[in-house]
Amino acid sequence: MTEHIADKATAKISMNDVHKSFGPKVVLDGLNLDVGRGESVVVIGGSGTGKSVMLKCVLGLLHPDGGSIKVDGEEVVGMGGKDRDRVLDKFGMLFQSAALFDSLKVWENVAFGLIQGRGMSRDDAKGVALTKMAQVGLGEEVGELGPAELSGGMQKRVGLARAIATEPEIIFFDEPTTGLDPIMGDVINDLIVDCVKELGATTLSITHDLASARKIADRIAMIYKGQIIWAGPTDQIDQSGNAHVDQFIHGRAEGPIQMEVLRP
Amino acid sequence: MVAVGTNFLAAIGRIFLSFTAATGRLSIFTATALSHCVTPPIYPRLLMRQMMSIGYYSLPVVGMTAVFTGMVLALQIYSGSSRFNAEGAVATIVVIGITRELGPVLTGLMVAGRVGAAMAAEIGTMRVTEQIDALTTLSTNPFKYLVVPRLIAGALMLPLLVLVADIIGVMGGYLVGTEKLGFNSASYIDNTFEFLEQIDVISGLVKASAFGFIVSLMGCYHGYHSRGGAQGVGAATTNAVVSASILILAANYIITELFFDI
Ligand SMILES: Nc1ncnc2c1ncn2[C@@H]1O[C@H](COP(=O)(O)OP(=O)(O)OP(=O)(O)O)[C@@H](O)[C@H]1O
Ligand SMILES: [Mg+2]
Repeated sequence: MTEHIADKATAKISMNDVHKSFGPKVVLDGLNLDVGRGESVVVIGGSGTGKSVMLKCVLGLLHPDGGSIKVDGEEVVGMGGKDRDRVLDKFGMLFQSAALFDSLKVWENVAFGLIQGRGMSRDDAKGVALTKMAQVGLGEEVGELGPAELSGGMQKRVGLARAIATEPEIIFFDEPTTGLDPIMGDVINDLIVDCVKELGATTLSITHDLASARKIADRIAMIYKGQIIWAGPTDQIDQSGNAHVDQFIHGRAEGPIQMEVLRP
Repeated sequence: MVAVGTNFLAAIGRIFLSFTAATGRLSIFTATALSHCVTPPIYPRLLMRQMMSIGYYSLPVVGMTAVFTGMVLALQIYSGSSRFNAEGAVATIVVIGITRELGPVLTGLMVAGRVGAAMAAEIGTMRVTEQIDALTTLSTNPFKYLVVPRLIAGALMLPLLVLVADIIGVMGGYLVGTEKLGFNSASYIDNTFEFLEQIDVISGLVKASAFGFIVSLMGCYHGYHSRGGAQGVGAATTNAVVSASILILAANYIITELFFDI
């Protein structure tokens, strides 16, 4: 097992031996991962290996069956009520499916956390929302539309703007560049890097896009069969010495990871 | 034979267990929702929107239901009471029947179909598209934001709707009574109010408030717990309407009995 982080005491998020099953299906099977303060960690791994489930366990949207998750040194598994609200205030989350509120206009979606969570006035919040939308390449006119009127990639960018609008300490990006063209994808990469550099945010991202991972990550971790099987600095990903990682980053069908598909 | 017997027992056991689990889940849901009703923040804009959608937009449906019910009631009571020469009681029985029973129950059932289904579909869709999760991550409690405004609006608006239904229903009876059955207008109105007691109307409004709560609760509960895409949302919608209807009829009996001795 490779080391996960140098200094455990300063970890912003620390997951230890996290287990989660749905009925008989084991998804997380003793997962360990630490994310340092101000660090950008990217998790890669096959489809359906539990990456989104991992993020939801940290946020308390799913309850782990066992193990410990600490945020700023505070145990969050089993936390509820006011404490949970206080911890959630630190987070922003881009959902894989964008999860925009379809009863609200686009700008109201982006401004939601500012108005409801921070108690900002609607006018002020709209100003901030439009700025954030401009950062993800969406003009003012888009703000008045409903989410159903947007393309998939535009929805993703609105979700991104919503996740960063309150400038949270910790931001989770679940596949931020999936469904975007390569140029817009790189704009989003830069934006995520800026969030970390300028806001000092801690980010944990999931992606299948290796170019994006190399650009935004300080550290990359690979999840396989419910565990982190390799984690290391981004520049060591090509010399990981791990056959699973090698197969994944080169996208080869042959290797230790066998897809359960029917071959003709 | 033994195998059939144990299978049968196992089936009963399973049904009993799942029933107990569902009751428990509903109780927890209700208790959580009620506790959020009395703690800040509340969202006045959302409450207003729900009051509009439950109250105002249900008026046509409720009005139509009430007018035809009042009309048919007058006809039926006339033909029934003529068998023992008691036609004079038509106005009195219509008004008591409407205010005590048919107004609240039919309004409740119509609103269950109209509003309960819409609530379950909307909240269910938000659940399966992760919008409820998104609410949570944006420092907003889904109970406060989604459930509480609907519960309060339901419990407040149904009595108003029933009041309207009472008036329209009695007017329907009046129309048939005077236009078709040949009652004198003034004496029909006299008869309507002569034996009407406050408790008739009040018991109906209390029922209405309970029914409004039930409709919203079932809509929210089934929506909130829906699973698995469009099919799950469809099932939630059906369950919301069916369970609200049955609970309304059961609650109707219980509340009537509580009021019966008064
Ligand atoms: N609410 C749920 N109920 C039951 N099973 C679930 C639920 N959520 C996720 N799963 C299962 O957990 C496994 C991991 O799901 P998850 O969404 O975390 O995958 P992922 O790694 O994010 O994949 P992808 O890259 O395709 O998004 C899947 O096999 C899925 O079937
Ligand atoms: Mg995922």
